[in-house]
Amino acid sequence: MKARIKITLKNGVLDPQGKAIQHALASLGFTGVDDVRQGKYIEVDLAEVDEGRAREQVERICKDLLANTVIENYAYELVR
Amino acid sequence: MNACVIVFPGSNCDRDVKVALEAVSGRPVRMVWHGDATVPACDLIVLPGGFAYGDYLRCGAMAAHSPIMRDVVAKAKAGTPVLGICNGFQVLTEAGLLPGVLMRNASLKFVCKDVHLKVEQTDTPFTHCYAKGEVVRIPVAHGDGNYFADAAALDRLEGNGQVVFRYVDEAGNATPEANPNGAQRNIAGICDERRRVLGMMPHPERLFEPMLGGVDGRRLFESLVERLAA
Repeated sequence: MKARIKITLKNGVLDPQGKAIQHALASLGFTGVDDVRQGKYIEVDLAEVDEGRAREQVERICKDLLANTVIENYAYELVR
Repeated sequence: MNACVIVFPGSNCDRDVKVALEAVSGRPVRMVWHGDATVPACDLIVLPGGFAYGDYLRCGAMAAHSPIMRDVVAKAKAGTPVLGICNGFQVLTEAGLLPGVLMRNASLKFVCKDVHLKVEQTDTPFTHCYAKGEVVRIPVAHGDGNYFADAAALDRLEGNGQVVFRYVDEAGNATPEANPNGAQRNIAGICDERRRVLGMMPHPERLFEPMLGGVDGRRLFESLVERLAA
């Protein structure tokens, strides 16, 4: 089973990299880009085949290492 | 004083802080590899500056889960003083020994220069040789020093007197211009509630003797030597 994990900055946390991308897009002539937020995408291949146990494992993986929950949210989907 | 410096793959200020500690204390300092399971008996643990694990994932995140960190956390909880400088501060937040997180500098630029700091707290084993409110000059060198915690956590830090160093101008004012990285409330260094764990972005080991261009970092090590002399 594969977990597709997205890690994003929480609302209200300043994202200077997102701002820099937004400015770069504006200078390239892309108009109407109101905001850019940068995050991370991580794929994890799991040996686990039971969905419930896989969810428990991914939750722990996200909380223990992949996301810093002071500033980041995580979301994931499991695919077979 | 009997100090240990933890060496991670990518640490690069480990020997600098060893030199400073040995010069001020006159005692040998032990280097401890991150892969070891236990820190030898000591009365000070230092997490040095650098780029442990190349800052992969988030700065300090991988190092915080190094084998040695389990014992560092246990010894810190048992009361051994722990000093984290720059990358070491990042590791301390990721390991949960200090609250908050160090984010990318607001400027997105690596900042390497001398800054002025106000010593806000002197009732710690790290700062008692300074005068409360004193302004000192110590260098910073980092890309991720932008201290962030939510408003409630910041208020708790301020209320408990856990903000030990703040970025200020030469006159001692915590202005936005004096803030090199966008840190909330100009925070440069904090301690835990028990005042046994200090994390700071500036590098006191880089200005501890006249040959280096300044001595304002020296009293941090003198504070530790005096307090841990036994």
